[in-house]
Amino acid sequence: MCLAIPGKIKSIESKYDGLVRMAKVTFGGIVKEASLEMVPQAKEGDYVLVHVGVAISIVDEEEAKKTFRYLEEMGEVEEELNISEFLPDKEEYR
Amino acid sequence: MKFLTEYRDPEVAQRYLEEIKKTVTQPWTIMEVCGGQTHSLVKNGILNMLPKEINMVHGPGCPVCVTPLNLIDKAVYLAEEKGVILCSFGDMLRVPGSEKSLLEAKANGADMRILYSPLEAVKIAQQNPDKQVVFFAVGFETTAPANALSVVHAHRLGLKNYSILASHVLVPPAIEAVMEDDESHIQAFLAAGHVCTIMGTLEYYPLVERFKVPVVVTGFEPIDLLQGILMTVRQLENGEAKVENQYSRMVKEEGNPMAQDTIYEVFEVTDRLWRGMEVIPMSGYEVKEKYAEFDAKRKFNVNIPEAPENQECIAGEIMKGIKKPFECQHFGKKCKPESPIGAPMVSSEGACAAYYHFSGMLEKIEEEQAL
Ligand code: SF4
Repeated sequence: MCLAIPGKIKSIESKYDGLVRMAKVTFGGIVKEASLEMVPQAKEGDYVLVHVGVAISIVDEEEAKKTFRYLEEMGEVEEELNISEFLPDKEEYR
Repeated sequence: MKFLTEYRDPEVAQRYLEEIKKTVTQPWTIMEVCGGQTHSLVKNGILNMLPKEINMVHGPGCPVCVTPLNLIDKAVYLAEEKGVILCSFGDMLRVPGSEKSLLEAKANGADMRILYSPLEAVKIAQQNPDKQVVFFAVGFETTAPANALSVVHAHRLGLKNYSILASHVLVPPAIEAVMEDDESHIQAFLAAGHVCTIMGTLEYYPLVERFKVPVVVTGFEPIDLLQGILMTVRQLENGEAKVENQYSRMVKEEGNPMAQDTIYEVFEVTDRLWRGMEVIPMSGYEVKEKYAEFDAKRKFNVNIPEAPENQECIAGEIMKGIKKPFECQHFGKKCKPESPIGAPMVSSEGACAAYYHFSGMLEKIEEEQAL
């Protein structure tokens, strides 16, 4: 029941005299309604994380790439460290 | 599906696994607090792929599993004796109460509705003005805004026939309880990404400070979990203990302030009994006085005596990471998802059910028995 999955906002409509914004969100082929009350800045085309009928977060697309860059970045840092081991001690240049 | 399937890419998973293997030099015990993560780790076979040095133990983060027996008895009573329309998430249905489960109450003719969202329960209340509608509002911080929102909606609509039976628990006090137990030897935590979507990451700094354990906020897909484990192991191997955020595409440091406001509009923090464990101070939410008319506990004033727990179930030890499901003598024998003794065998986020369905542990046990 704690499942929350990201989907794309297809359309937004107001309910209860404009008090509540509801969105149609697509998850692959499935469309479900979700309340946007917790993410008032969400707009059509955004990806939102939906949990039990309520959008709780807007997916940060820049941050999403980090998981795929993490290994590379980690590698780079390590390489730098390794290289520095072979370099003459900075002290010697003084 | 964008932001979903790419986090299941087997090649990326493999690279993460290799990196974990390269990094680890000694045994480490890491707890994933959230049952959703337990489910994903077992279902995707990650537990079997990790190097043997890494011992993943499964935490108390299954809201269905820790819902007190007495509340289930109350829900059954409301459905059977008070003639309410009792609405619930599907996971709660089979959880054994002291005498029966909600499913058995339904079979006896109670009006039970399985819902995807608490907001649907408000609609049912609108459509059935002559009936009382109660939503069994179970959950962690992730679900609290939605449950609170249902009360706000009902209030706004002026409904007099809607209330919630709140069973809300909080993650950080549970981590404290686990760390304070002498028998548990947890060295690091994967914090539950979806809980942090709401609450943010700030709550974990005092825990890291106090217990000197790494806490890595982690998502639920295989790559998320592997990255979270790698980040944790790197901290452990470097002798560090800090809060890191693997799930930054969903989790901001401050969480979702709007959702927090909704929670605190309706709920207040109170001491709370965790089924299988104990009363943990300031570890749950109850409905505030202001919304008393939407609180099923006050509205119906049901006094059901506390029933004793089934002593055969060792769910408490499992949820504190002291034992694994297959160490329970009833696992897969007397206790199965169709005939559960304890809640962790019912919920899809319960460790016992996850092991039963996916891990092949059962076959191993059966093989051993056959020998
Ligand atoms: S296998 Fe069943 S009896 Fe044993 S701990 Fe799990 S739920 Fe309880």
